[in-house]
Amino acid sequence: MTFGERIDQLIYLFNNFDFARYALLVGVLIAFCSSLLGVTLVLRRLSFIGSGLSHVSFGSTTIVAAIAMIIGVESFQNNFFFVLPITILCSIWLLLSGPNSKIKGDSALAMLSVGSLAVGYLFMNIFPKSANVAADICTVLFGSTAILTLGSKQWLVWLCVGLSVLVSAMFLLFYNKIFAITFDEDFASATGIKAKTYNAILAIIIAVIIVLAMNLVGALLVSALVVFPALTAMRVFKSFKAVTICSVIVSVFCSTIGILLSAMYDNLPLGSVIVAVNLAVFILFAFAGLAARRKKA
Amino acid sequence: MEHLICNNLTAGYDGKAIIADLSFSVNAGDYLCILGENGSGKSTLMKTLLRLKSPMSGEITMGSGLSANEIGYLPQQTVVQKDFPASVREVVLSGCLNGCGLRPFYNKKEKQLASENMEKLGITNLANRCYRELSGGQQQRTLLARALCATRKILLLDEPTAGLDPTSTAEMYELIAGLNDKRNGGTSIIMISHDIANAMKYASHILLIGSGKLLFNGTAAEYSQFVGGAAS
Ligand SMILES: Nc1ncnc2c1ncn2[C@@H]1O[C@H](COP(=O)(O)OP(=O)(O)OP(=O)(O)O)[C@@H](O)[C@H]1O
Ligand SMILES: [Mg+2]
Repeated sequence: MTFGERIDQLIYLFNNFDFARYALLVGVLIAFCSSLLGVTLVLRRLSFIGSGLSHVSFGSTTIVAAIAMIIGVESFQNNFFFVLPITILCSIWLLLSGPNSKIKGDSALAMLSVGSLAVGYLFMNIFPKSANVAADICTVLFGSTAILTLGSKQWLVWLCVGLSVLVSAMFLLFYNKIFAITFDEDFASATGIKAKTYNAILAIIIAVIIVLAMNLVGALLVSALVVFPALTAMRVFKSFKAVTICSVIVSVFCSTIGILLSAMYDNLPLGSVIVAVNLAVFILFAFAGLAARRKKA
Repeated sequence: MEHLICNNLTAGYDGKAIIADLSFSVNAGDYLCILGENGSGKSTLMKTLLRLKSPMSGEITMGSGLSANEIGYLPQQTVVQKDFPASVREVVLSGCLNGCGLRPFYNKKEKQLASENMEKLGITNLANRCYRELSGGQQQRTLLARALCATRKILLLDEPTAGLDPTSTAEMYELIAGLNDKRNGGTSIIMISHDIANAMKYASHILLIGSGKLLFNGTAAEYSQFVGGAAS
């Protein structure tokens, strides 16, 4: 097939199939939300929170699967509703432990992620594997392999829309507070800002975003989706506002390109393409930032 | 009117007391200077007063008419991440946040206040610069402007002139004295300093700590007698 034919095929796909349009919608929404908090996470040295939390989701998925099998429930398609609360709890624990705690953020993350990975794998092996479990776990680890898997889950689409609206609204409402507690938590608490409360709110938003993003790129790649756009924007821009706006644009752009590419070429798995595009844009911005600094000097 | 009362306060880290059994009070309009050697526990005391750490024993009472969101603070060191993207204006504005309550955005008055304070500290021309790319003294001015945005009632300053050149240091003391002036609203000041000459010149009260306890607590005039008496 030539490139032109592939484009035609793409247009045909989006003109005729709901699932394609839904996949694009979900992808863009997830990309939008996940880039909002990237800056905060990078600055708190919690870049790996994505990995940590997604491993927690993996662990809890297998546990939920095992329990479902024991009590004899066949389908656990809605494991989402068990996995999300567990992930939120872990996220709150990580963020509230803060920079002054005995176990530092990065070691706490490491503990949590390998711990849940091990427990998850343990459960997978103790309980006889059914095809259902294996398939689900593959999705959990690598995300949607094709846009078909992403766009065909109606409930996921609407959940994504709802949660994205919620997350963006919360971010907008707490934007200044998030800036203040990230920049200087001590000053914020000293001057009467309830830093602990806002940290907890932040943790909930982050957990929701991670669980959502896992559906797109999977547990193994979720950190990339959260952190790349922020790092990219930070190469060029110097104020919090500019970095936030730029990373949202970069993230949405990269995911859109990734989804379209994956739809055009059957052998390109969705999650990896999106991350690869993010990587390419990051390199571009890194050079642009370097050039700009050279020019100034 | 008392702003802050400390009763038998003991502060320290991990169960180890750094300063023990402190009792003093700060009245509205006071200018209190805390003196003491390096490591004597001045910053620890200030953090305890701000409730950033809980006291090991004793109590701190906030006077009537002062609530937590009417305090301005200048930390000794701010461990700002090296790559934090933040413009000077964003940092100064964040001082206004405690007046916002649940309102998500800054209003005109707060933006105006931030501009005024940047003007006062001579950093208006830096407003759009990146905070982390400033010199130490410029960063100090930015953080002071932020502290000024946070309060009209009481300012806690941990070595505000550290890193400033002599002219700026003199200007800073004048500026702080101006804020403390009754005609400008009489903001109470609690300042940590190593500059004894300027402390005696500007402060109304002096607190000297050392060897884990309060060595002196009184007015600046009494302090010069205290020092004179010790010398002879
Ligand atoms: N986070 C901490 N954990 C344990 N001990 C600490 C901590 N911070 C400070 N200390 C100890 O507490 C003591 C008092 O420290 P503090 O910072 O209050 O001194 P300071 O009077 O402000 O000194 P300087 O004039 O150098 O600013 C020091 O002996 C220090 O080693
Ligand atoms: Mg100190």
